[in-house]
Amino acid sequence: MGPGEQPVQQQEAVISVRDLHVKYGEREILHGLSFDVLRGETLVILGGSGSGKSTLLRTLVGLERPSSGEIWLHGRNVTEISDAEMNEIRKGIGMSFQGGALFGSMTVGENVALPLREHTKLEEPTIEIMVRLKLDQVGLAGFENYVPAQLSGGMKKRAAVARALAMDPEILFFDEPSAGLDPIIAAGVDELILELKKAFHMTIVVVTHELASAFLIADRMVLMDKGNIVAMGSKEEMRSSTHPRVRQFLDRMPEPEILEEADYLEMLTEDHRRAGKATATKRGA
Amino acid sequence: MELAEQIGGSVTDGLAYLGALAGLGGRAAYFTFVAPLRGRPLRLRQAVSQAMQVGVRALPILSLITFFIGLILALQSAYELRKLGAITFVASAVAISMTRELGPLITAIVVIGRSGSAFAAEIATMKVTEEIDALETMAIHPVDFLVTPKFLAMIIMLPCLTIWANSMGILGGALFGVTQAGFFFGRYIHASLDALFLRDIVTGLVKSVVFGMTITAVGCHEGLSTGAGAEEVGRSTTRAVVVSIFLVILVDLVFTTLFFFMGER
Repeated sequence: MGPGEQPVQQQEAVISVRDLHVKYGEREILHGLSFDVLRGETLVILGGSGSGKSTLLRTLVGLERPSSGEIWLHGRNVTEISDAEMNEIRKGIGMSFQGGALFGSMTVGENVALPLREHTKLEEPTIEIMVRLKLDQVGLAGFENYVPAQLSGGMKKRAAVARALAMDPEILFFDEPSAGLDPIIAAGVDELILELKKAFHMTIVVVTHELASAFLIADRMVLMDKGNIVAMGSKEEMRSSTHPRVRQFLDRMPEPEILEEADYLEMLTEDHRRAGKATATKRGA
Repeated sequence: MELAEQIGGSVTDGLAYLGALAGLGGRAAYFTFVAPLRGRPLRLRQAVSQAMQVGVRALPILSLITFFIGLILALQSAYELRKLGAITFVASAVAISMTRELGPLITAIVVIGRSGSAFAAEIATMKVTEEIDALETMAIHPVDFLVTPKFLAMIIMLPCLTIWANSMGILGGALFGVTQAGFFFGRYIHASLDALFLRDIVTGLVKSVVFGMTITAVGCHEGLSTGAGAEEVGRSTTRAVVVSIFLVILVDLVFTTLFFFMGER
């Protein structure tokens, strides 16, 4: 496969990521990721804090620009297209943000109606019906006229999902769907994701660090650590993996402690020694 | 060497900032004036609600402030004019300094305090809560959606507020004129209007339109470029106010100089 050519797959891939690097300034966050998301599957991207999973999600929806690599979405390499073309692709994806990201100055109904009012020429009564339908799908029927501040955390997430569903997207992205929710409400959101998949055969990408939720909703999983993919596979493959990093994450083991005195001293003094060396070279020069 | 480096650095930073402002203002102007011609409806409903917020709600405080300013101007100029026995010139002194300079400037500063800060805080909060990101993923341009209505409201409301401020200032001057300088009210107003040329009023209004653009661009730019966290929202708001005041004064200087030499001919 030459560069700039879409990878060929046995099962159709809706998203293909090839050798993706992302930098914030000088610091590289993602070090060359490659994976596919197949049509109709739920892919869960697992990882601890700082593993780069949120950056990966933001890059997939075009909020961050990769420093190199390719992202194929709907058969187009989105790292090479113009903003206008990207916006056309964005109309076919929905994103549910961690805190909901509902517009506080609008009612829930207006939030859900916004993409329809912006991108379609539908009549106002049609939009109202669509809004009711979308809210009903996420279990929020009758909440059109509430403002986001009047909703609980779980309801905000549901409303955000309704807004993400407004344009009937093919791909739905979730950033930490269960973050900040109590276990019962979080289970409700998981249930909603499963229902959406079953009802609309949507392709769903979920970023989370919640193991229980991940094993409930995933078809396949990607485990990330320090900007790299550590392991990828089905639930069973992940469960039976012997990879130490996978085991550590799945068994919820803390970082191994440094026991050797010398190593500990080295860790504490690392940057000072480096700085000392730097000044020494400067002086020498 | 280091000093030169620092000065060079600050100058490039300053120019980059002005460039960013111009970019933002240009895009807002595009969505306001050009995009509607290409079949993209103007966000009139939002613009009207912004105009209410920026313009109408500012009237009470602006009236009070400019009335006082007019009165102060009358007192200060009378202090000198009295010595020359020319106290009747108070009316024209107040009218000219209000319309040419203080009307637009005081209006801009009141609007910076009320609306420039509010723009920055609103947009910065939206940025922190990922609402700006949400707009982008919904293929809605944040400048089009958030900045354009504010831009439109400001370039319409600032001249209107300025005219109002001018009148209130002249009224403030009239209070002194009638009580201390022996004017009849009608006579004072007449003297004020006689002293004014259309040019004086127009230069003030031209300035106020540019002030409106500057305040919107700075407020929205600070909001959009805010970092993460509540602390950053506060910092952006402060910076929006300080930078707006500075730039408004700078723009004022440039235009006043321009009008001065244009008036000479």
